[in-house]
Amino acid sequence: MRFEVRETIPQWLPWLAVAGAGIGTMCFAAILIATAGASPLAGFKELFIGAFGSRNAITETGATATPLIFTGLAAAIAFRAKFWNIGAEGQLYAGALAVTYFGTGLIELPSFLMIPFLLIVACVAGGLTLLPMVLLRQFMRVDEVVTTLLTNFVIILLVSYLLDGPWKDPYSLGWPQGAAIIDAGVLPQLVPRSRLHLGFAIAVISAIIIWLVQSRTVFGFSGKAVGLNQSAARHAGIPVTKTIICIGLLSGGMAGLAGASETIGLKGYLTLDLSPGFGYTGIAVAMLGNLHPIGVIFAAIFIAIIYVGADAMSRAIDVPTYLADVIVATTVLAVLIGLVLVRYRVVMRG
Amino acid sequence: MIFDFLEVLVNAGFWAATIRIACPLLLATLGELMCERAGVLNLGIEGIMSIGAMVGWTAVYMGADLSTGVMAAALIGAAFGLVHAGFTVYLGASQHVTGIGITLFASSIGYFAFRLLLPSSTTPPKITAFQPIDIPVLSDLPFLGEAFFQHTAFTYLAFLAVPFVLWLMNRTPFGLAVKVAGENPMALEAQGIDVLGVRTLAVIIGSALMALGGAYLTMSAFDAFYFGMVNGRGWIAVALVIFASWRPSKALLGALLFAGLDAYQVRAQQLAGAIVPYQFFLMMPYLLSIVAMVVAAKSTRYPKALLTPFRRGERH
Repeated sequence: MRFEVRETIPQWLPWLAVAGAGIGTMCFAAILIATAGASPLAGFKELFIGAFGSRNAITETGATATPLIFTGLAAAIAFRAKFWNIGAEGQLYAGALAVTYFGTGLIELPSFLMIPFLLIVACVAGGLTLLPMVLLRQFMRVDEVVTTLLTNFVIILLVSYLLDGPWKDPYSLGWPQGAAIIDAGVLPQLVPRSRLHLGFAIAVISAIIIWLVQSRTVFGFSGKAVGLNQSAARHAGIPVTKTIICIGLLSGGMAGLAGASETIGLKGYLTLDLSPGFGYTGIAVAMLGNLHPIGVIFAAIFIAIIYVGADAMSRAIDVPTYLADVIVATTVLAVLIGLVLVRYRVVMRG
Repeated sequence: MIFDFLEVLVNAGFWAATIRIACPLLLATLGELMCERAGVLNLGIEGIMSIGAMVGWTAVYMGADLSTGVMAAALIGAAFGLVHAGFTVYLGASQHVTGIGITLFASSIGYFAFRLLLPSSTTPPKITAFQPIDIPVLSDLPFLGEAFFQHTAFTYLAFLAVPFVLWLMNRTPFGLAVKVAGENPMALEAQGIDVLGVRTLAVIIGSALMALGGAYLTMSAFDAFYFGMVNGRGWIAVALVIFASWRPSKALLGALLFAGLDAYQVRAQQLAGAIVPYQFFLMMPYLLSIVAMVVAAKSTRYPKALLTPFRRGERH
């Protein structure tokens, strides 16, 4: 028996690898639950009840999946073109800052105009936050991984400053939070009396649009070509720099929408703990979704189940909630192994 | 007012703080430098520092002595280095995604284990960290003594890492092999040297250094472990490697310069706190790292084989 490099990889095989990685991750989670002194079966039961067990649990899972779809798309779009945008966390807050600036009374429009307007400004803010790093990479060869990562810290400090001082809601009883978004700018609930809001539908529609753009347009093809081999793409006459700039704007824009949907959909105002690392988790979502926009939707729901379920589980059987973060991180590594293994096949004789 | 800002520079406490702040950055930067010279970008750095900080501290809290704690931190770093090398060197997986995956995994498993070992402690428990050692004679010097010769053993160790890495890279056959592995792995293969093995070993040593950088935080700079205490230092180290053009001596310079600005920033904050909000001072390290990368970008010459997996018997 030996391994042999495949000449072509069947299209379904990477998805099998992703599914295998998901199962492998859950096995690892079972070991950790056992290490924490609880029964893995009881743990998974609590996890699924916590994520699906009631109407409230299901809507909560959907609400958590919403920002993850957006940040997952942000990472998937950029990574597909081998542009390593690790700054979704900062771009998310940039989007949240933009909707807070425009949505707390500066501009008042009827709801059907106000909501699209706020989504657009958030998208633009996220894209513009990433733009300098795109330009630095393309024109000065400054590594984008580090610049996007460091920008996260800068933007979160900016948010902290604004919420401490000029943008602090005077009615917030000392909590550092922004003023409330005006009623016309708030996203309606999808299910009454729940936290599931229109943002979820917008996220799913965004994913579908991006999938169509990637699979049906010249721009989508250029992005893929740039990701596979930048110099070959250049020789083939693809405008590489222009393509990367557009991809950067789109990627940052998606992260900006995550911030907008959390602010005008879930919370109604800006806080400093708006995102518990959704920007970073988006990378895991993108990997688990095989960098495919539709895959991202399912991956985001899967990871939302883990987050919401692990929270319930940790309350029920006393396993540290950090288990959810461990599972998410394990997912990234497991998918990586899976995607490497599908490059090979097992030959029984020889 | 201007005079106050200048007076900081002649304060021995400022220089002592610079030395302290430089240590974790220096260790992490040297670690990342070793990995990158071998052709492997290690973005696991932030998580490896975090778990190094956690493991070193926890070992001491559980009753081990300080040097055992340091060893434990180095070992866990080496273990994660092995995982990173397994993925990137042997399997040829994306170095970017693997690194981010390792960072997410190492920090979250560290937090998980910390909570398991020390459940529900609201005030973080403390250990007896490394204590300052006065170097005989030198520590009695006016100004210089307080600034440079009254530090902990861990601090001196961190600075000794510079000659160690210099010696390793420039005076040993292994160091030469590491550099060739990062520039022209085919040439190394032609000499009959195992490229994958050399790269793996460099990543293991580099990751151990990163974990020591993390352990410095919990065992010398502070005496407790906090969640999120690495706070971007790993990413700053990645920027410093580029700023240092992959040279250990320039890494020392970069770490000191950076730490000096950071120490100055804290003091300037106290002087100007009422006028300029503290958040803007806290932004400085991150903005400076970006600026340093932009400044270095023109003369940057990456190791040629950085990010390129090597496969035996394949032409590149």
